[in-house]
Amino acid sequence: MMKSLNAFFKSLLLIELLQGMAVTGRYLFARKITVQFPEERTPMSPRFRGLHALRRYPNGEERCIACKLCEAVCPAMAIEIDMEERADGTRRTTRYDIDLTKCIFCGYCEESCPVDSIVETRVFDYHGEKRGDLYYTKQMLLAVGDKHEAQIAKDRAADAKYR
Amino acid sequence: MMEFFQSLLGPLWPLVWTLVKIVVIVGPLLLAVAYVTYAERKVIGYMQVRIGPNRVGPLGLLQPIADGVKLMMKEIIIPSGANKKLFLLGPVLAMAPALAAWAVVPFSPELVLANIDASLLYIMAITSMGVYGIVLAGWASNSKYPFLGAMRSAAQIVSYEIAMGFALVGVLMAAQSLNLVEIVNAQKGSSFFSWYWLPLFPMFLVYLISSVAEINRAPFDVAEGESEIVGFHAEYSGMAFAVFFLAEYANMILVATLTALMFLGGWLPPFDVAPFTWIPGFFWLIAKICFVLFLFLWFRATFPRYRYDQIMRLGWKVFIPVTLIWLLFVGAMMQTPLGYLFH
Repeated sequence: MMKSLNAFFKSLLLIELLQGMAVTGRYLFARKITVQFPEERTPMSPRFRGLHALRRYPNGEERCIACKLCEAVCPAMAIEIDMEERADGTRRTTRYDIDLTKCIFCGYCEESCPVDSIVETRVFDYHGEKRGDLYYTKQMLLAVGDKHEAQIAKDRAADAKYR
Repeated sequence: MMEFFQSLLGPLWPLVWTLVKIVVIVGPLLLAVAYVTYAERKVIGYMQVRIGPNRVGPLGLLQPIADGVKLMMKEIIIPSGANKKLFLLGPVLAMAPALAAWAVVPFSPELVLANIDASLLYIMAITSMGVYGIVLAGWASNSKYPFLGAMRSAAQIVSYEIAMGFALVGVLMAAQSLNLVEIVNAQKGSSFFSWYWLPLFPMFLVYLISSVAEINRAPFDVAEGESEIVGFHAEYSGMAFAVFFLAEYANMILVATLTALMFLGGWLPPFDVAPFTWIPGFFWLIAKICFVLFLFLWFRATFPRYRYDQIMRLGWKVFIPVTLIWLLFVGAMMQTPLGYLFH
């Protein structure tokens, strides 16, 4: 009896509704957590898996030795590699393509690489205007690597002790 | 000046003068509608710890204009099975009453387009017409979901109109007039305690909540329930949809104005002393309208949507009995020595 009376007055006097409005009213003045994307960015882990890059050694020689481990491990079969023996007797790729429309950004290619050649960078806001634009060739991947080498090297160093 | 134009235009003068009066009211109203949508997105954003639109123009102030341009550029798709004439008449019928009701709304004791004796009755009659737009839109779409949505919102609007009407009967009993100017003047007193929200407090609450239901807004917005349910305007696109949208917001401003006029003392200042009486009554009215509009946005940011049967239960089994009892109570009290409290 008492309980139902209590519930009756609680709903009649809109107590719970007012409590709810108090909560939203309080949040009206709370500090906003919106991140204004192009100007501000959220913090990012050194392990972030974004756009791929092919790295070079400091002397300019490309790292990739065409072992094709990444091609083999890639679950999406997004990587395609052709190789040949160069005049100095080393194995090098003639073709290293990643189809980013297939890639699932699992990072297995990076983990499988014995020479830290293929890596995933922090770049995530790239785009293509046609589907073909997201088919990255060796030259494009090397260019990404050249552009972001400083950041890539820093991230590898930060993560080195866990690998 | 006026005589000059009058002689210039001759017999056309009454027509032109009426048009000018319409534009002077509807123009700022549509601008207000645009910025209510902006305010809604900002306020709800802030309550959800976001900052809302801020990209188009300074502070996002041009956002409503960008939205309007976008909607105007879009194609109006008319379904092949739809009754074309009625399909296009629907939004017009929803919009027209929302604008026509403003003819009798007083903005200050002198500033009213048509100061007719039964302006309250006129408003109730005109706003009831809005439901035809919804029914027509749902039927003319010739599609089952808009039809069901139209039935739902028509039933909702019709049932809440009763509770709303009874709440207004309380007001007219207290003011002993159907004229909005006189209703506001009857609320005159030394402070805001003499406004009708206090003696008619249950009516005020019922009116406020039913008006939210009447204009199909959250938490009673089953008519358009963006994510869950398909409403009466599911088949509309482009400007035809935008007209429904405008009608909803114009109605929102209208019921906010009526709440301000009938329960919050219209253009009367909250205290009848010096610093408050300096500000012209028009601005007090605007401030009160903004307050009620803010409440509507606040409701939307707070309450989850009602289930349809709960909406009907609330309307028929709670609000109508509450208003009827308070109507009797007010009527009885007026016959006692305490009657002055309700005048």
